[in-house]
Amino acid sequence: MHLAYPAVLSALLFSTGLYGVLARRNAILVLMSVELMLNAVNLNLVAFDVWLSRTTRETLHSGQALTLFTIAIAAAEIGIGLAIVLAVHRNRGTADIDKLRDTAEPNGPDEATLTEDEKAEATA
Amino acid sequence: MTLAAATHGFLSPTGVEIAFLLVGLVTFGAALVTVTTRQLVHAALWLVVTLGGLAVEYLLLTAEFIAWVQVLIYVGSVVVLLLFGLMLTRAPIGRSPDADSGNRWAALAVALASAAALVWVVVDAFRTTWIDLDGAAAGSTAVTGASLFQNWVLPFEALSVLLLAALVGAIVLSRKAKAKANAATAAETAAEAAVKDTKDAKAGKEGAL
Repeated sequence: MHLAYPAVLSALLFSTGLYGVLARRNAILVLMSVELMLNAVNLNLVAFDVWLSRTTRETLHSGQALTLFTIAIAAAEIGIGLAIVLAVHRNRGTADIDKLRDTAEPNGPDEATLTEDEKAEATA
Repeated sequence: MTLAAATHGFLSPTGVEIAFLLVGLVTFGAALVTVTTRQLVHAALWLVVTLGGLAVEYLLLTAEFIAWVQVLIYVGSVVVLLLFGLMLTRAPIGRSPDADSGNRWAALAVALASAAALVWVVVDAFRTTWIDLDGAAAGSTAVTGASLFQNWVLPFEALSVLLLAALVGAIVLSRKAKAKANAATAAETAAEAAVKDTKDAKAGKEGAL
């Protein structure tokens, strides 16, 4: 198989995940997009591991071992991430990352456009 | 390069390449729907298609153990967790008009630029490289298990400690508020189920090897 097929698919999936991370507002949808990016990396690791294990007699199988580690770490990350999102939702009543502006600059350009109750919600 | 060009060609793709291309198109299309749909639950369901398609791609690359781990952990537990998270944060059923933020066009520009740059570099670098898929599978369970427990034992055990830390961390994070007992219990159950799934998957992985 041509090596460009998995490599191009991986690049496209990574860019899709990048778009999702930047464009989504719900924190759980952002986590889904992060999963897409991690899976793109996994596909790259597997493809290059299969290629290298045939061409250079590399017997360490580092690509597949790293893929397994990435999958396990991604599962742990999604558990912690969901716990954080649920804690935020419990305390603030929203999982919308555009409304969580506590660490934004106090006199930033967007601050003037916020209405009063949005400000109260953000500082509550 | 001439040797490779003599035995392979763009115009005569093998059956594996055609299958990879078709499954790849489905995977990429499902990923696009995942990041653009306005129905939050549908995004999680399209993510199942994407992750399942990637499992098929792993199978086509002869990495069968990783394919089944992908099905078990991603399709089996991560998507269920995401659905739990959507329900517990009271995500609206049906179309939600504010699923995308206002900087959508900037995000689209960044994603297109990165896609163009990555595809160009990757195609330019590996234009004349072929994977030899004949012979024994490169990622069968025996091969993966042997390399994992001969060369990667210490990272593997460190991973157990990381999963334990994630378990404790998720419980601590969701145990905090005492005033709102109801919400706390629900979130705690979800987080515990999250980490328990991970531990189960890891135990399954160890058992399978």
